[in-house]
Amino acid sequence: MKPPARIYDGKGARIVGAVALMAVVGAGVWAAEHSRKGRRTAKRRSDMPALAGGKGIHVERMVTILRSPAELYAEWRDLERLPELMSHLVSVTLLGGPRSRWVARGPAGMRLTWEAEIMANEPGHLLAWRSVGEGDVENAGSVRFTPAPGDRGTEVKVILTYAPPAGRLGAAVAMMLGGSADQDVREDLRRFKQRMEAREIATSGRPARERELARNG
Amino acid sequence: MRAVCWQGAGNVRVTTVPDPEILNPRDAIVKVTATAICGSDLHLYNGVIPTMRSGDVLGHEFMGEVVEVGAGNSAVKPGDRVVVPFSISCGACWYCREGLTSLCDNSNPNAHMAEGLYGFSGAGLFGYSHLYGGYPGGQAEYVRVPFADVGPLPVPPTLSDEQVLFLTDILPTGYMAAENCGIRSGDVVAVWGSGPVGLLAMKSAYLLGAERVIAIDRWPARLRLAESGAKAETLNYEEIDDVVEELKQRTGGRGPDACIDAVGMEAHGTTLDALYDRAKQAVWLGTDRSHALRQAIQACRKGGSVSIPGVYGGFLDKFPLGAAFAKGLTMRMGQTHVHRYLRPLLQHIESGRLDTTFVVSHRWPLSRAPEAYRMFNDKSDDCTKVVLDPAG
Repeated sequence: MKPPARIYDGKGARIVGAVALMAVVGAGVWAAEHSRKGRRTAKRRSDMPALAGGKGIHVERMVTILRSPAELYAEWRDLERLPELMSHLVSVTLLGGPRSRWVARGPAGMRLTWEAEIMANEPGHLLAWRSVGEGDVENAGSVRFTPAPGDRGTEVKVILTYAPPAGRLGAAVAMMLGGSADQDVREDLRRFKQRMEAREIATSGRPARERELARNG
Repeated sequence: MRAVCWQGAGNVRVTTVPDPEILNPRDAIVKVTATAICGSDLHLYNGVIPTMRSGDVLGHEFMGEVVEVGAGNSAVKPGDRVVVPFSISCGACWYCREGLTSLCDNSNPNAHMAEGLYGFSGAGLFGYSHLYGGYPGGQAEYVRVPFADVGPLPVPPTLSDEQVLFLTDILPTGYMAAENCGIRSGDVVAVWGSGPVGLLAMKSAYLLGAERVIAIDRWPARLRLAESGAKAETLNYEEIDDVVEELKQRTGGRGPDACIDAVGMEAHGTTLDALYDRAKQAVWLGTDRSHALRQAIQACRKGGSVSIPGVYGGFLDKFPLGAAFAKGLTMRMGQTHVHRYLRPLLQHIESGRLDTTFVVSHRWPLSRAPEAYRMFNDKSDDCTKVVLDPAG
């Protein structure tokens, strides 16, 4: 099933740069279907750049943070600081324009790199990105900021898809991501929430960052 | 420094551990001047709370002097004499803003463990298992206090340590237990458990307008304390056949308007259900012993309130939900939101309306902690509350 190449903001109200995005995604599609736990669903994926053929490991997580969508967006938009929150990232370097270079920790101390491009950018609402060119891990992701009801802040929704390469490296990466991707995203979002609300990351031992470095090498 | 460390079920030791350090900007280090053993520490002592590790520093009732603060903390300064709430709360999340500080979203570094068990995680707690964050506790010479710009409350020099120490847990816990009863004038409040929390719940119930308070326990010394210290009528459940019937008789056939379970997951009892619980818990079949709670639900009048300050950790068996439903009971429970009670309760202490020192039975040096745990657990030597001096 090929869906219409459109991005909804969740209320069906807005279509964002769909034509341009389609051009960049190329073989990929803006999917209205995705595969999760081996079961294909016909749920409309309105805010997520998918990988070709719907392949990959798919993670979807939400958290509510007591800050405005604008503040949270601004923090996330500062891509070079993302490694402070995301335990698997080593660095993000801006390359000018919509491009950036990402370095992540792989299995057995390996470094994985890829270049990514911002696919959708609605200040205060949405960021979507996708790996481009010949990277170690083909991946795509988005983060959406929606005001929560009442005075509860902002609902932050992250969607990530990874498609590890073929071969032995790919198998190792798949094992690593497949085993912990969901929990990693959950913990990354928890850290994001702690930083934005409490201004620090809770720890009962050594500083959280130091502990991560010790764990991940 | 010296600290009281958990070594396994029924085994605590005073050992030398590294001094705590500032780890986050909002931290403070407190030199402990007084610390107490809580009834809930006995759940750890007895090994019924999961995720304890050998070497964990115990203690969540402590106060002392601030000796160091983090770079991002301008609310307290070295030299301040403070009491510290047992729950660690960021002060900035939705729950903290609502005054539900024991449900803080941001203070449990092991939140995933609690989420696995309970669906969501509450606040981190000092010295109370890794499920609650793995924070070293305050039965020690020094303790690191996270989010010290919202937790610790400076106390006036006119009040002794012992007068304010229980602001850290048992006084607000007893007070919230009574508050959760929604007491109206004329109410009769029955309290299961005449330990320190039960005793302070009794005093708080009167403070909130109760007409009569009935204390239920089996330890004569504790019942005497309920009578003398908290002006409660007493009921020794080992001396009568049917607690529910007895309470009915004492309340004109109505039943107590509110019932407080200040016992929790290690309840004792003389009836069949209590023996059944005991057997299941002994072989780790994973159920809490809830005899007191069952009785409270059964005894409570129609439309009354059941308040649960007693700690529960897992699953309940033979829970009389039918009785609770049939009588339209209101049930309220949970860890105490200490932060929101600190100032008003400190005022009650300063004005003389609340004195909590009567619950203390033993004042010992920290070095005798192992003996103190054993005594408190066995209720020997009429032990109700042990205050430890870290200097000794």
